Amino acid sequence: MAGGQERILRGRIKSVQATKKITRAMELIAASRIVKAQQRVVAAVPYSDMITEVVRDLSAAGAGSQSPLLAGRSEVKNVCYVVLSADRGLCGGYNAGVLRATEGEIKADALNGRQHTIVAIGRKAEGYFRFRGYNMSQSFAGFTDNPTYAIAKEIGEYVTGLYKSGEVDRVELVYTRFITAGSQEVVQRPLVPLDTEVVEGGDGQASTGHDYEFEPTPETILETLLPRYVEARVYAALLNAAASEHAFRQRAMKSATDNAEELINTLSRIMNRARQDSITTEIMEIVGGAEAMSAGN
Amino acid sequence: MAESNGTMRVEVVSPERVLFSGEGTQVITRTLEGGEVAFLPGHAAFLGALTENHTRIYLADGTIQNLAVHLGFVEVGADHVTILSDAAELEEDIDVAAVRAAKVRLEEHLRTEHSAEIEAELRRTHARIAATGGIETGH
Repeated sequence: MAGGQERILRGRIKSVQATKKITRAMELIAASRIVKAQQRVVAAVPYSDMITEVVRDLSAAGAGSQSPLLAGRSEVKNVCYVVLSADRGLCGGYNAGVLRATEGEIKADALNGRQHTIVAIGRKAEGYFRFRGYNMSQSFAGFTDNPTYAIAKEIGEYVTGLYKSGEVDRVELVYTRFITAGSQEVVQRPLVPLDTEVVEGGDGQASTGHDYEFEPTPETILETLLPRYVEARVYAALLNAAASEHAFRQRAMKSATDNAEELINTLSRIMNRARQDSITTEIMEIVGGAEAMSAGN
Repeated sequence: MAESNGTMRVEVVSPERVLFSGEGTQVITRTLEGGEVAFLPGHAAFLGALTENHTRIYLADGTIQNLAVHLGFVEVGADHVTILSDAAELEEDIDVAAVRAAKVRLEEHLRTEHSAEIEAELRRTHARIAATGGIETGH
């Protein structure tokens, strides 16, 4: 009967409306967090710029030659991937993007006879790689939407430890770079050994044209500086990833809200037609009944 | 230009933000192994690693900005001094009472057992006390 269909439709519309409220709220939350995350990315730039410059000047002064973090290994047998994903889903293709990029790299490495080690950041990467039986050495989770420097430090110390112990011969960062609120891209950046292209090119001179004085020796400074440099790189990646995560979530939730709206429109149209149908049928029945009665008289 | 008016740009930068930025006439800090150093405008280019210390920035308006800097680096040019530190605290951000309590607790701890970590924490505590106007220099 038509009335029954109408009631079912009304129930569905109600449930879609409830979902729409939730996705709308998530969209607004993500949108407000993008701005904050973006400000943190910008606020971290001066430190990382300056530390890069200092590393350059030091290595130009000839300090870098024997540091283990700068010297690459001739044979790379095991590559460590630090994968930055989110702790939660509902953010469109954000997690899938980094996970797929990493998996592709690992497969390419396997063809070249290289082993892999995964350091998973975020619950999604942890779950994905554990379920598929990849070699995961450590995971960090529970902070991806709001990373702190202390966490970057912990991750930095862990991966430099892996590298120094000889367990891995190269460390790569895989994360989503935040370009603008409308565009982000998955990138892979070498972390350890430090990129010689980044490190070289310093002139070893201050803007005044004089050589630097060092205290203590350039070697000692570099030794304490390089771990900080690695941490600053990890921190920058974490901030980029967090901002991207919010941007992806905002977009995903916006399209979910739009979809819900469209669904509500379609369902209301069907419901209205059903109601109209049932009213028309009722009128026809009444008219038919009245005619039959008057004919009987 | 910076030398002519006797000031230089002083910046204290932590990974999370620029902690302090302003014009100063003198910066005193302490390098690893080297002891205290003072920088005046027009100083030769200098690059140093810092220990836990009480850093003083003499501002152009005559006031002094005290900081506790816990490891880090200083980069000096003729017209600027930049302190990079992943743990630096401005004087006004330090809770004096909490720090003094921590000092007593840490010293008590060191009497029974020695650990490098606690000693480092104690050095940081001394730097904080010095930065908030206490007499202990810790060195």
